[in-house]
Amino acid sequence: MKVVLQNLTKKFPNRNKKIRSEVIAVNDFNIEIPDGKLIGLLGPSGCGKSTALNLLCGLQKPTSGKLFFGEDDVTDLPAENRGVGMVFQNYALYPHLTVKQNITFPLENLRGADKLTKEEMSKRALEAAKLVQIDELMERKPSELSGGQQQRVAIARALVKMPRILLMDEPLSNLDARLRLQTREEIRRIQKETGITTIFVTHDQEEAMSISDMIIVMKEGVIHQVGKPQEVYDDPTNLFVAKFLGTPPISVFHGKVKGGKLYLGEDAVLTMKNVDDREVWVGIRPEGFILDDKGAMCCKLTGVEVMGRDSSVISTHPTLEGTEIRSIISADSKVNEQAETVRFTLKPHKVHIFDKETEERIYFEAD
Amino acid sequence: MEQKSFKAWLYLLPAILFLGVFMVYPLIDVFIYSFEEGYNSASQTYFGIGTYNYSYVLHDPYFLQAVKNTFILVIFTVPISTGIALLISVGLSSIQALKNLYQTIYFLPYVTNTLAVGLVFMILFKKTPYTDGLANLIIGLFGGSAIDFIDGPYWAKMFVLCFYTVWVVLPFKILILTSALASVNDIYYNAAKVDGTSKLRIFTKITLPMISPTLFYLIITGFIGAFKAYSDAVALFGTNLNTAEMNTIVGYIYDMLYGNSGGYPSYASAAAIILFTIVLTITCINLLVSKKHVHY
Amino acid sequence: MGKPVSYEKIEKSARIGERIRKTVIYTLLTFWAVMVLFPFYWMLLTSVKSYSAYNSEYVPKLFTLSPTLQNYVDAFTAVPLGGYFINTLLFTLITTAIMLVVTILAAFAFARLDFKGKDLVFTLFLALMMIPNELVIITNYVTITDLDMRNTFAGLILPSVTSVFYIYLLKENFAQIPDELYYAAKVDGTPDLRYLLKVMIPICKPTIITITILKVIECWNSYVWPRLITDDEAYFLVSNGIQEIRENGFGRENIPAMMAAVVVISVPLIVLFLIFHKKIMEGVSRGGTKG
Repeated sequence: MKVVLQNLTKKFPNRNKKIRSEVIAVNDFNIEIPDGKLIGLLGPSGCGKSTALNLLCGLQKPTSGKLFFGEDDVTDLPAENRGVGMVFQNYALYPHLTVKQNITFPLENLRGADKLTKEEMSKRALEAAKLVQIDELMERKPSELSGGQQQRVAIARALVKMPRILLMDEPLSNLDARLRLQTREEIRRIQKETGITTIFVTHDQEEAMSISDMIIVMKEGVIHQVGKPQEVYDDPTNLFVAKFLGTPPISVFHGKVKGGKLYLGEDAVLTMKNVDDREVWVGIRPEGFILDDKGAMCCKLTGVEVMGRDSSVISTHPTLEGTEIRSIISADSKVNEQAETVRFTLKPHKVHIFDKETEERIYFEAD
Repeated sequence: MEQKSFKAWLYLLPAILFLGVFMVYPLIDVFIYSFEEGYNSASQTYFGIGTYNYSYVLHDPYFLQAVKNTFILVIFTVPISTGIALLISVGLSSIQALKNLYQTIYFLPYVTNTLAVGLVFMILFKKTPYTDGLANLIIGLFGGSAIDFIDGPYWAKMFVLCFYTVWVVLPFKILILTSALASVNDIYYNAAKVDGTSKLRIFTKITLPMISPTLFYLIITGFIGAFKAYSDAVALFGTNLNTAEMNTIVGYIYDMLYGNSGGYPSYASAAAIILFTIVLTITCINLLVSKKHVHY
Repeated sequence: MGKPVSYEKIEKSARIGERIRKTVIYTLLTFWAVMVLFPFYWMLLTSVKSYSAYNSEYVPKLFTLSPTLQNYVDAFTAVPLGGYFINTLLFTLITTAIMLVVTILAAFAFARLDFKGKDLVFTLFLALMMIPNELVIITNYVTITDLDMRNTFAGLILPSVTSVFYIYLLKENFAQIPDELYYAAKVDGTPDLRYLLKVMIPICKPTIITITILKVIECWNSYVWPRLITDDEAYFLVSNGIQEIRENGFGRENIPAMMAAVVVISVPLIVLFLIFHKKIMEGVSRGGTKG
């Protein structure tokens, strides 16, 4: 099912009653989410992601704007009637019910023509349980399950009623690192198998990048960029998006453009056409550095970490914003670890420049 | 170490003294009394040891009346008060405006003197030559005829007693249930809502099981409290409860103590132990039942 | 999902359902609030009606246009209401004070000090919590009578002092104070008693206030024990006073004066409650769920 958000806005009165302003948790969202995709809603904590999710499932009502599932306007429809599946951050499994009772719970709510017999319910519950591979655990109570198993039960419970869309609130945040890797692949697989439009919220960009078909990057209630993960990574529209995506993170420098050349301090690192002389933020992706003894960019070497295929060269530069430059180069290229300095040339398409004031991207043509 | 131990006992001494004299010793003593036949409190002598006191109490029509009254009171007030308390607490927890005001009002009877407010109830229900009383006027509005609830027929008196008891015990139950309801995490309600659960089903399938420990706690303490009913009855019907046919088991015990001839502590002790046995039995049954139904 | 669903209909019925639900809830809550408040209103109303006005109303009026304070004067002059009042005040204050000292000392010993047999003694204490008052009151009655303490304050107060439950409640609270504080105080050479007074009591003030309030309510309303132990009016507490007034005072029919007495007796606790209602309700619900 396609989901369309039209000027969707949610304002809250300020917690501090003395201040008569409002907090805008979701500010004028306009997105069309295509059918059958896995969408990551990504942003730092407190940016309004969860509010956006609550608007989608109907637990909160928007202040203004419209929301469509397919062609249906569901803006004012209560949560009970939306037919969405939701996986809560802490799973919200009913502690007094067994796994099976938890999974059949949504089915027992169906009334009228949709009402199911006991056998049908058991069958559907078992199918859902098999999908998430917990069919062995049906008679246990949630307290007897591990975190990962509880997560699966929660997904099965959300899927069993064949929801129009599936929502997940930080689905991986309560799992340990190893389980997280495993479970995110699992979510990917389940979404592909069921084909249900799935929207999940996360603050972990790696998580969102690795499994989403499309990511929505937001901050302070505003959408900053929407697109396929790789596109957003390669082509960020502003400094926030560039900094938020990527591990190791992008290195940011104070730079200036003068006479068609990009300067970092005294080093003219890149030539660029059609950009006027100005001060800029310069972001360089870790893979944008090439070791080159004759390179224009001269950095002070502080360390080298070799990790199998790649090595990280850690260095600093006087114009650097932040503490260190992490550049990733092939392990084949030898670095003299004793040297005081290291020199790089840059891959132009891995270098992004941004306006000093607005932090918006400035597009340039490399030579 | 020795000195430290000594100091600790010194801190405990007052508590141990008070408890020893006024709880532990009486506890042992009450059993002894209950088996001493023909105890005379003036001369502090007795004839022999035996179960005569128990058989006397169990054959005393006043005691049997008291047992009957107490059981009727328990059977009616415990379920009714728990039910009403549940209804009101659920209502309370589903509103926002005026919630605190309602809560404060509901709790008011808890801090008032049972005897004092009982007097007000008596006036509301009493029929005198001057007035039928407000309760009767309301009955009259619906076409009923006036009844004296205080000196009238047995069922009418029982009704007032039950009504007043419910009024008195509700504040505590409402308070406890409201805080139990508030402690159920909202996330379960949200999850159920998203799954399209009806309000009634949320209540029976989620709310009730989640607060079942508190509910059973209230039922158990409710039983214990109702079995010990006494001052409510005094408040409504005066101290001469036997004549009013409204005595309770506890009332019987006190009446036995307070006799003009120095009282009959032996009979009182036997009655107290019978009461204790009844309460203990009912509590054990309650606990067994709750083990089966409480989900934690 | 095949058939067309009218969202407008669902939305509308949800809105209407919500409104009906709210109405029903508020009606129910208001009904019970009236049931609770009405007896209080009635006693206040009756207490300001004059004797003759009250008796001439075959159908009692729900308000009065000529309030009088004469009944209050009667309440204090015709019966020794002031005496009952002072007795109760004394009884409540002394009992609560002794209870606090005994409880704090015992809770401190259980929570903070180590001594042989601590667990055993504490278990015995807990076991005592299950003993109903009715079982021990008989012997206490005989004891106090034998000690010739009937119609004395000592006889009233002594058996009412201890409450195992409060010791338990306070001990639990004391035990939550981190041990480091105690060791730090020890290193600084603080004696135990000073540590108790300067550190533990201030930290656990909320619990101490709670048990104080609960005990005050309990004392103010206590009826059974005072009735057994006093038959001299000079030692009556308010509850017994009310009963006495009801049976012998004012001439039986002076109900307005009786109500004035009831108002006077009820007001102190109601005022206390209105000031501390948050604390009292918190305390009762905390005490209640743990007991």
